[in-house]
Order: sequence, then structure tokens, then C-alpha cells
Amino acid sequence: MERKLRVLVAKLGLDAHDRGAKVVARAYRDAGFEVIYTGIYQRPEGVADAAIQEDVDVVAISSLAGAHTVLIPQLIELLKAQGADDILFLAGGVIPEEDAEDLKAAGVAAVFGPGSDLDEIIQFTQANVRRA
Amino acid sequence: MANERERKERFAGVSDRPVQRVYGPEDLSGWDPERDLGEPGQYPFTRGIHGTMYRGRLWTMRQFAGFGSAEETNARFKFLLQQGQTGLSVAFDMPTLLGYDSDHPYAAGEVGKLGVAIDSLKDFEVLMDGIPLGQVSTSMTINPPASIMLAMYLAVAEQQGVPWSQVQGTIQNDILKDYIAQKTYIYPPEPSLRVITDVMTFAAKHVPKWNTISISGYHIREAGATAAQELAFTLADGCCYVEAAMKAGLDVDEFAPRLSFFFDVHNDFFEEIAKFRAARRLWARLMREKYGAKDPRSWMLRTHAQTAGVSLTAQQPVNNTIRVALQALAAVLGGTQSLHTNSYDEALALPTEEAVKIALRTQQIIAEESGVANVVDPLAGSYYVESLTNQLEQEALAYFDKIESMGGVVKAIERNLFQREIADSAYRFQRRQMSGDYKVVGVNAYADSDEQINTQILRVDKAVQRRQIDRIASVKASRDGARAAGALAELHRASQTSENLMPYIIECVKAYCTEGEICGVWRELWGEYREESVY
Repeated sequence: MERKLRVLVAKLGLDAHDRGAKVVARAYRDAGFEVIYTGIYQRPEGVADAAIQEDVDVVAISSLAGAHTVLIPQLIELLKAQGADDILFLAGGVIPEEDAEDLKAAGVAAVFGPGSDLDEIIQFTQANVRRA
Repeated sequence: MANERERKERFAGVSDRPVQRVYGPEDLSGWDPERDLGEPGQYPFTRGIHGTMYRGRLWTMRQFAGFGSAEETNARFKFLLQQGQTGLSVAFDMPTLLGYDSDHPYAAGEVGKLGVAIDSLKDFEVLMDGIPLGQVSTSMTINPPASIMLAMYLAVAEQQGVPWSQVQGTIQNDILKDYIAQKTYIYPPEPSLRVITDVMTFAAKHVPKWNTISISGYHIREAGATAAQELAFTLADGCCYVEAAMKAGLDVDEFAPRLSFFFDVHNDFFEEIAKFRAARRLWARLMREKYGAKDPRSWMLRTHAQTAGVSLTAQQPVNNTIRVALQALAAVLGGTQSLHTNSYDEALALPTEEAVKIALRTQQIIAEESGVANVVDPLAGSYYVESLTNQLEQEALAYFDKIESMGGVVKAIERNLFQREIADSAYRFQRRQMSGDYKVVGVNAYADSDEQINTQILRVDKAVQRRQIDRIASVKASRDGARAAGALAELHRASQTSENLMPYIIECVKAYCTEGEICGVWRELWGEYREESVY
């Protein structure tokens, strides 16, 4: 049997807005993914550890606060340093265009803004996942 | 008959409650206008808490504002007052909301981003510089550290020579909705409720015009709840605070007149109007019948309203101006006491000055030009509005029973009742939007395929954090170190007794202890709350 794709849905820093993260987590679950949701108030170190331990294929980070430009690149660096550079990184939430460009430069494959279609997120993930 | 055909099989608004084609007298069987409607300004206040409503005094136009440092926010406040705003409303940044100073490692990247950074009384003095605290009323949206911000406000009032008996305002101070939806909690429920009760007791004696709690449905709704869930969960929280204060030995009429509410105003125009009317009727009945309040002011549900942030779209953002205008109109027809109108650019970032001005002007146009403020509760007697009001009340009562059967609000939180209900509603709504059952203009209908989202947005200066860190260092270097240490030690001691903590918090603030130091005392004593995430 084919292994299910594993996705870690994460919230970083002091950003408590979790409506979108939960909706996306559930959409992944309904689409047949194995979903791990970190809950809010996570540090990059903790999320990196969870990603390694859970052997995930995708890390999807939701941000509706200001620290995405600091914490998301930190998380990617931590995972790359541990050799997990084949993980697909996605970001979503309220992320200004200029920041989205910086995040892409740091290794985020796509940034999904407000009003994004859930099915589009799922399809993008399935098409771009690099592991498994 | 061909002309009987309708566009859809089923008609439902944002809360997904099916609505009939038309409403008539048969939808109001059992409805007794004398009992269920009454007169404006009289029990059960369905028609509004004042006899004259906006003919007597317009609602307070209160725009939530805060970003960067205290200097920048102070300038925005002065701009808003100059533009005719009549009350202030402070937005704090995430580290301040969660009790971390700007120099805490967790604060990196967040200082001044979603609101103003307040670390010590020094910042608060700057925030309120030149603003006469004896004349404006100020609302502060903060929860676990609400007691600390009130203490700072009182300290600044004292510096301005304004007696505490004259200061007016509101602290949100509603921790239950944080466990349920907003998630800016720090400590577990029991000690959190104790501090809230201390604030209520202290203010009843010393700051009689202060609203010590703003029982909030806004965040519950924004997290995905339907109108009925927002109504039910918010009023259930209200009952929980009433019971906690009564258990602490207060007489209900001592504190109930200072309880205030805060609701969302979403897209479904008539449902929102009915929600405000149902809320007032339910609360009046609960307070009089269940809790035995005798003072009519205890029966009145006074509320602030804010247009629905979640309804704003990043696509074709100027359309948001229209959404906000309709929502604001619903809040006014629903009889709100104060109102914040969102700015059209808020799905993208914090609002620019231009966008905030349009949002404020929207309220002024409703107040001055539309004529709706001339008549009290103009929709009373509408078959549809009255039947919706009844329906929302019934749905809320059913939730009260469910909460009761789980052992009350705190138990229901521990068992994730609210969190699960809200997550389910949020997901269902998202799916309705995906399927096109619920249409959002500019997003899943009438979208511009070639749209580039490039509205001018407000960027917060990255130097803010550096400046805040420097200010904390200079405050710590220049304060009386022994006084500050003594104040923190006393707070630590008193927190382990049942003494009222407000006087100790005020002393800490005046000694220029930082917010992080004060919250640190409680973090050490009470630990931090951690939730189980359900989705």
C-alpha cells in the first residue's frame, strides 16, 4: 500500500490566529494526508524537531502576525542543517507580497494568501512534494 | 407555476440557517409584544437600553488603533480625536498581550507589529501624553495583563491630576473567550478568574465608571462561530463571571452594571440586528430571573460592536468599504453603544491613516445622513426580524442547556465543546465558499482574473524593537531598584493569599516594574495554560 503523505501544519511565535491553520489541517486530513498540527505558540526549534521525528513530507506554516519574516526562515535553516532539505515548505495567511518574495528566496515553495482555495492548496502540495 | 420558481433550492446566510421566502403573523405565534418587546429603555430591553437611543446621544465612534511604539500610537490617537472620534481604543502588540517585554527572545519580530508595545509605565506615559484622561474614555483590548494596563492608566490619571472616580473606559479582561477562541491566555482558568474578580471588586469601589470586563463574542465569531454560537457562548461566559463574583462575596448589583459586551457584526444583515436584540432580552432575563439583580442597570446589556474582520477580502480590497458600511448599519439598527468600523485594507495589513479615515467617515455618514439614528429600534414588529430574534434566543438557550449539562463553562472548555463547535463551523463555512454555495464578491464570484494585489499598506518600522529594548534598559537603570524589587516581592506574597491584588499591581507599576516582570511573578506561581488543539 502506498504510504500516506505526511504534513505538519505549524503556527510559530506569538501568533494565536489559528482559524486558518485548523481549516487547512482538516482539509489535508479529508484529502487523505497524515496530519500533525503543532498548535499555537511554537518555537522554530520545536517545530523542526517535530518535523524530523514525524518524518514529514510537507511543512505548512500559517502566519497572521508579524514574525513570519524572522521565524519561517529560521525554521527552514534548522531543517536544512539537519539534512531535511527535501521537505516541501508552504506558507499561508496574511503575508504581504514583499515578504512573500523574501520567504520564497528562503525556500518556501508557495505562499497562499487570504481567500485561497483549499483544493488548490491540496493539489499544489500533491504536485510539488519531493519525498515519498 | 413558472413564476414561482426560485434561483436556489435553499436560501441561507453566513450562519447557514435556512430562511423562508416570506414571514408573516404565523411565524410569531406565542410572541407577546408586551412581554418580549417592551418599551425602549425598559425591561427586557429588546428595543434598546435607552428610551431615546440615538436621539439622546449617538453611539461612541471608537476606532481600535495601535502600532509601533507609544509615540506613533499617540500621534494616531490625536489624529483620530481631531477627526471627530469620541473615544480611544488601544490595540497592543502580541508580546504585550502575552505578558512578554520587548526584550524577551520570544518577542523577536513581533514588537509593535499588531499593536503598540507597552513594557512599563514609561511607555504608557508617552501613549497618553497630551490626552486628557478626565475627558476621553479609553478601551483597552487586553486580557491576562488587563489588570496591569488598568493600573498604568490609573497611574497616568494620577499624574494628570484626574481623580480615579472620573476616569472612564473598558478593559477586555475576558479570559474565558481566550480559552475558547482568541487564545491569548497565559495562566490556567482558576488564578485567571481570581485576578478578574479582584479587578471587578477594586473598580467597583475606586473606579466606578470603569467597565471591568468586556465579555466578548467578537473573537468567537471571527474564529468561525455562527451568530447563534457567538450569542450563546458569550452570554454563557457572562454568566460564569457573574457566578465567580457572587461566589467571591459580591452582591450582584454591586458589579453587574459595569459588565459590558462586545459583539461582531457580520454580513447577514437581519440576523445581526436580531442577534443584538436577542442578546439584550436574554441578558435582562438572566440577570433578573436567574441572578436576582434588582438594579435595572444590572439588567442592561451594553455593548460595543466591531465589523467582521473575517469578511474582508484581500481581493478587490476597496469593496470592503461597502461590506463595512452594511455591517455598521446593522450594528446601529441593532442598537449598539459603540462601534468600530474596519478599514478596507485590513485583510492585507494594519490600516493606513487614509483607510482609517474612510472607516470613521462611514459611521459619520450613517449617523448624520442616513436618517436611521432618528428613530428608536425601527425594525421592531417586522415578522422576519422578530422571528429571527426569537429563533436566536431559542438556539442560545439550547446551548446553555448543553453547557450546563457538561458542568459549566470551565468544564466545557476543558472538554473542548466550544473549540470543536467553532472549528466545525469554520470548516463548514470554508467548504460552502469552495463549493460556491456562499458567494464572496471578488473571491469566488466576480473575480478579476488578472488582479494584482498591490494596495499601499502600512509597514511597521523595524527599529521599534531596538528602541523598546533601549527604553527598558534605561527604565531599569533609572528606577529605584529597591522599590521595584520590594513591589514585586509583595505581589508574589499577596498572590498566594486571597488579598485583592490590584493595590499591589498599582505599586509595581508606579515603581516602574515592567509588564514582563509582573507577569513573570504569576507565570512562576501559577504556571502556563496549554491547550489540546482540536480541528
